[in-house]
Amino acid sequence: MSEAVPRIAQIPNLVDLFPDKVQPDTRPGYQGYLVGREHLLEVVQRLRDEYGYDYLSSVTGVDYLPEGKMEVVYHLYKTLGGPALVLKVQMPREDPRVPSLVPLYRGAEFQEREAWDLLGIRFEGHPDLRRILMWEGFAGFPLRKDWREPYFEEEAKPFKSRWPEGFVFRAEDRNPFGDNVQYPPGFDPETWTPPDDEAIYRVLKRASEEDDLHADTLVVNLGPQHPSTHGVFRMVVSLSEETILDLKPVMGYLHRNHEKIGERNTFLQNMPFTDRLDYLCSMSNNFGYALAVEKLMGVKPPERAEYIRVMMAELTRFLNHIFAIGFLLNDLGAYFTPALYAIEERELILDIFEAVSGSRMMCNYFRFGGVARDVSPDILEKVRRLVYDRLPRKVDEMDEFLTRNEIVRERCEGVGVLTAEQAIANSASGPVLRASGVPYDVRRAEPYSIYDRLEFDVAVRYHGDIYDRYLIRLDEMRQSLRILQQVVRDIPEGPIMTGKPQYQVRVPPGEAYGRVEGPKGELGFYVVSNGKPNPWRYHVRAPSFINLTSLVDMARGAKVADVVAILGSIDIVLGEVDR
Amino acid sequence: MNENEMTSPGYEIPPELRHQVTITTLERIYNWGRANSLWPMMFGLACCAIEMIATAASRYDLARFGMEVMRPSPRQSDVLIVSGTVTKKMVPQIVRLYNQMAEPRYVIAMGACASGGGPFKEGYNVVSGIDKFIPVDVYIPGCPPTPQALLNGLIALQKKIKRQSLRDLPWYQKGPAEPIPVPVLGPDLMDPRKFALIREVTHRQAVQDQQEGEVAHE
Amino acid sequence: MTGWGILKSLWVTFKHLVVTYIEDLRYGKRRYFTPEGVEARRSSDVRGIFTVQYPEEKLPVPEAFRYLPFLIYEEGPDGEKQMRCTSCGICAKVCPPQCIWIVRKNDPQTGRPIPTPAAFYIDVDICMNCGFCAEFCPFDAIKMDHDYEIASYDRLSEHIYDLEKLAKPVTYYASIRPTDYALEEAARAQKGSAKKAETTAG
Repeated sequence: MSEAVPRIAQIPNLVDLFPDKVQPDTRPGYQGYLVGREHLLEVVQRLRDEYGYDYLSSVTGVDYLPEGKMEVVYHLYKTLGGPALVLKVQMPREDPRVPSLVPLYRGAEFQEREAWDLLGIRFEGHPDLRRILMWEGFAGFPLRKDWREPYFEEEAKPFKSRWPEGFVFRAEDRNPFGDNVQYPPGFDPETWTPPDDEAIYRVLKRASEEDDLHADTLVVNLGPQHPSTHGVFRMVVSLSEETILDLKPVMGYLHRNHEKIGERNTFLQNMPFTDRLDYLCSMSNNFGYALAVEKLMGVKPPERAEYIRVMMAELTRFLNHIFAIGFLLNDLGAYFTPALYAIEERELILDIFEAVSGSRMMCNYFRFGGVARDVSPDILEKVRRLVYDRLPRKVDEMDEFLTRNEIVRERCEGVGVLTAEQAIANSASGPVLRASGVPYDVRRAEPYSIYDRLEFDVAVRYHGDIYDRYLIRLDEMRQSLRILQQVVRDIPEGPIMTGKPQYQVRVPPGEAYGRVEGPKGELGFYVVSNGKPNPWRYHVRAPSFINLTSLVDMARGAKVADVVAILGSIDIVLGEVDR
Repeated sequence: MNENEMTSPGYEIPPELRHQVTITTLERIYNWGRANSLWPMMFGLACCAIEMIATAASRYDLARFGMEVMRPSPRQSDVLIVSGTVTKKMVPQIVRLYNQMAEPRYVIAMGACASGGGPFKEGYNVVSGIDKFIPVDVYIPGCPPTPQALLNGLIALQKKIKRQSLRDLPWYQKGPAEPIPVPVLGPDLMDPRKFALIREVTHRQAVQDQQEGEVAHE
Repeated sequence: MTGWGILKSLWVTFKHLVVTYIEDLRYGKRRYFTPEGVEARRSSDVRGIFTVQYPEEKLPVPEAFRYLPFLIYEEGPDGEKQMRCTSCGICAKVCPPQCIWIVRKNDPQTGRPIPTPAAFYIDVDICMNCGFCAEFCPFDAIKMDHDYEIASYDRLSEHIYDLEKLAKPVTYYASIRPTDYALEEAARAQKGSAKKAETTAG
């Protein structure tokens, strides 16, 4: 059978290629290779340059406290398609240092900063290793297993204080400060000098001294409370007159400790929390997490459930894209009209979500091995009416409304350009990557669910500017409708769940990385189980977060008014950026 | 607004003048005006902000309540809808925004997170309730509250305003209003009003640690 | 020609404007403040005004809609409340943010647990409306409510719901979720008859 595997899907045997530098990861349930940290750069460089692994998807750390080890996990892909090559670097907990991969892949920048912030892993050679989600000066590395938060109650849920003697209390009543805070012993707040924002301003590029005009550099803060930043996001921009010299995104204003809480939850309890990642697209988030855990459990949903899942995921893509277009136009100054037209369609789709799952936004609809509720025939009929009749009309209307509008074109064409090379190096994904001319779509590159049986095209545009990022969303909406039409036509009858619904699932030890093509890009979930009811490590590869790496490349050289439109064209959701 | 709401009880208006004349008190007409022109701040935090946008959009249409003018500037807004999870990193900015709002000002805690921390309460970067820092007028439970639930909360706020009396409103009292001290980000979030308590507790902990150390040493 | 695209955009918005009048004239008074009017404004061929005039008219929520949980009681022969809840604790265990507290009742004489809750609390400031408690309750005792009009002025006194505030009659449940209720009753009847058959056979 090995001949049948296309060459693209073959993972090279690294042990043959790099003898005594690489070992296979032999722990049960694990895959990939262990690399010594002194060889990492060399191995990865050769993999990138000679074997086509040009796309670094995910970088994350794991704290193996019982073994006294820290581990950094890398997932590498080829943009031509195929499965992941997983590399791991292990190091003692007392000395967590690894060489930074930023010189090879710029896309590692934010992810390495995150691992430093939350786990305290030092990436040597990183150009700007500062905290990213928490603030400078925060005490401790919260994702380490021996770090405890002020409201800490127990290592794992369910908590014993809830039943059978669940005398209600508020967590703040048990804290000496009456609030969610803790301080190191002997700490005196009067002597504390808050570390100011100098660190950010220092790394910003400024106008050079030799500049003929001797123009001053102006530093402007946009956000965190700014109507254009789509939430609590801050951009620090250095300007020479109106032209952007440099830009630093500052995030973490909505860091809700998704991963720390996720490691205390049971596997199932994480499902509603994933809704709140990218809160516009809860169904896609459910999908990614369900795939990751199902990979570990080795279950497969029945046919009808697969169709329902794809139907929900594509409806989500549609509503996300139409919302994104509406708000991009808002950012361009079209005021509310396009956004209101978009929200009307969104409301109609949300009605379907509400009828199916019970909630408009926080659907919590997927279960391991199926979905929570069946889709009744009359809801299916509603979907059919929408996807055959109304929504195609509305996409055409949006097209007629905006595409040829001169103001939109003036503001968007040739602005915020991201080249294909930059997009790949920055690990951009989703519409941002495809608008730069890279036809990479997880649904085709590594098909999951029933996407291999559905007919659709991977939309791709080649200019990489705002206008193409707008157009590609129109294209993708049309492709989504094409998929939806096939799904509602072919959806079979049958069960919607494999096995009985359980509130405590048994997950064998091991690791899994499940990824889906979310509306924003590649949404990945890295889950490590040690056989207990709670995941040992639960990490989200958030597309909005990593797509922001490209913001600097797009904004540099543009005017300050364009940065708002550029950010709108990336289409971020802060719940996912900060988690 | 119908006449019954506006007209002060106890004044009989002849039937032929019912639709042209109304007798009311200054307080009633003033509160009526304020309650029907509440301008919310364009300020979204998290998931609830999307429902807030949906409420402002065509299906639920805040304009029917005189609230469609979402002001991006705190100086021009009357209501701060805290729509989502309040994190420690964000709370200094929220307090600053609140201080910058002109009086009369109102705060709505929209959703479980803004009210009491919500599902993320146990997290290390989450504030368990914005009312720990700024006074809240209306709480709307739900995660997230649906647009109709938000409208219900806004109507509850209007009712509250209509009940207020000019005599005891804080912003008509003598003397300037004290701004709320802006929290500081240290090793953890620090509320300036609690500095003494923080010093006391951390000092006690330090002494305790030392004693334990000595015991272990012996 | 420059400007043509802008004119086209304006044409689209103009059409939207005209359609609102056409629709209003076509349907007349039936369009507003009637149940069929609300239903028509959420159908897939709605045009024109899309607004639902809350609070005068309300968008009906679907049966599956979930907001906060509530507990079901059945009325006994003397009108006393018989909680369906057996305080088994599954809802408290499955709750993702752990917002449910249950005190199990013990028999005062023997000290053995008896299947009814002595106290039941839900902190609605933590609840995330996920519906797991209702989904996994083996006794159909906890369900998700449809009531969303619960804004309050004070959370400390009102936002921890106790047994009294949570308990609602089974008739209320049957009224908000008729399909689920019918299915559950049918399953219960079947189970009951199977048990009966078993005991008579035994």
